[in-house]
Amino acid sequence: MKGDPGKMSCVEFQAQLPELIGSGEDAAAHPHVQSCDRCRALLAELETIAEAARQLFPSVEPPDEVWAQIESALKQEGK
Amino acid sequence: MVGNVAEAEDLTQEAFLQLHRKIATFRGDSAFSTWLHRLAINVVLMQLRKKGLSLISLDEAMEPTPDEGPSRSFGAPDLTLTGAIDRLALERAVADLPAGYRLTFILHDVEGFEHNEIASMLDCSIGNSKSQLHKARLKLRDALRAQKRAEEGT
Repeated sequence: MKGDPGKMSCVEFQAQLPELIGSGEDAAAHPHVQSCDRCRALLAELETIAEAARQLFPSVEPPDEVWAQIESALKQEGK
Repeated sequence: MVGNVAEAEDLTQEAFLQLHRKIATFRGDSAFSTWLHRLAINVVLMQLRKKGLSLISLDEAMEPTPDEGPSRSFGAPDLTLTGAIDRLALERAVADLPAGYRLTFILHDVEGFEHNEIASMLDCSIGNSKSQLHKARLKLRDALRAQKRAEEGT
């Protein structure tokens, strides 16, 4: 069903999604999304997850003993 | 990335040892930070392989299994994830992802790397990186929905 992107099925549209999203295009502006509530909701949810991901796993400094072990291991390697 | 503090600390040490052994091979073809990151990622990848986790089940990931095909993407509209997602719930869901999905998701969505950088680090194609990321997000969506459903007692 190539040709009119507005008439593609949800399966066809979702098959293109990884590339569409990954290329940085505005997937929400795709003609299929304009006429499909479910795919619009899917996109919104994926975007919500991607936004939430930015808050995950704040960088953690390893404790001092890890640095001490690394220093010791490096000294061993240097011998 | 490995979901375990003690293991992460061991890998931190291993990364420094690798750095010590390989620093002379840095030729300046890329930024030092990129080179160092790749080295650290390789340490993680080796560990995952050692544990028998198929890192990039990339090929596998490209073949939807019956329970993760595109049709799974249609959910009941009344269970949409709206508003803020609980951070701990998301962290748990990320920890449960297959290793390849988890790495790609963390590198892209958490750490902000581009697909071309991830492809280079994981030695895969850019298309595979995009596909892995998408499947990771779909799996997270399923996991968060399942949790929401459980909370709502449905």
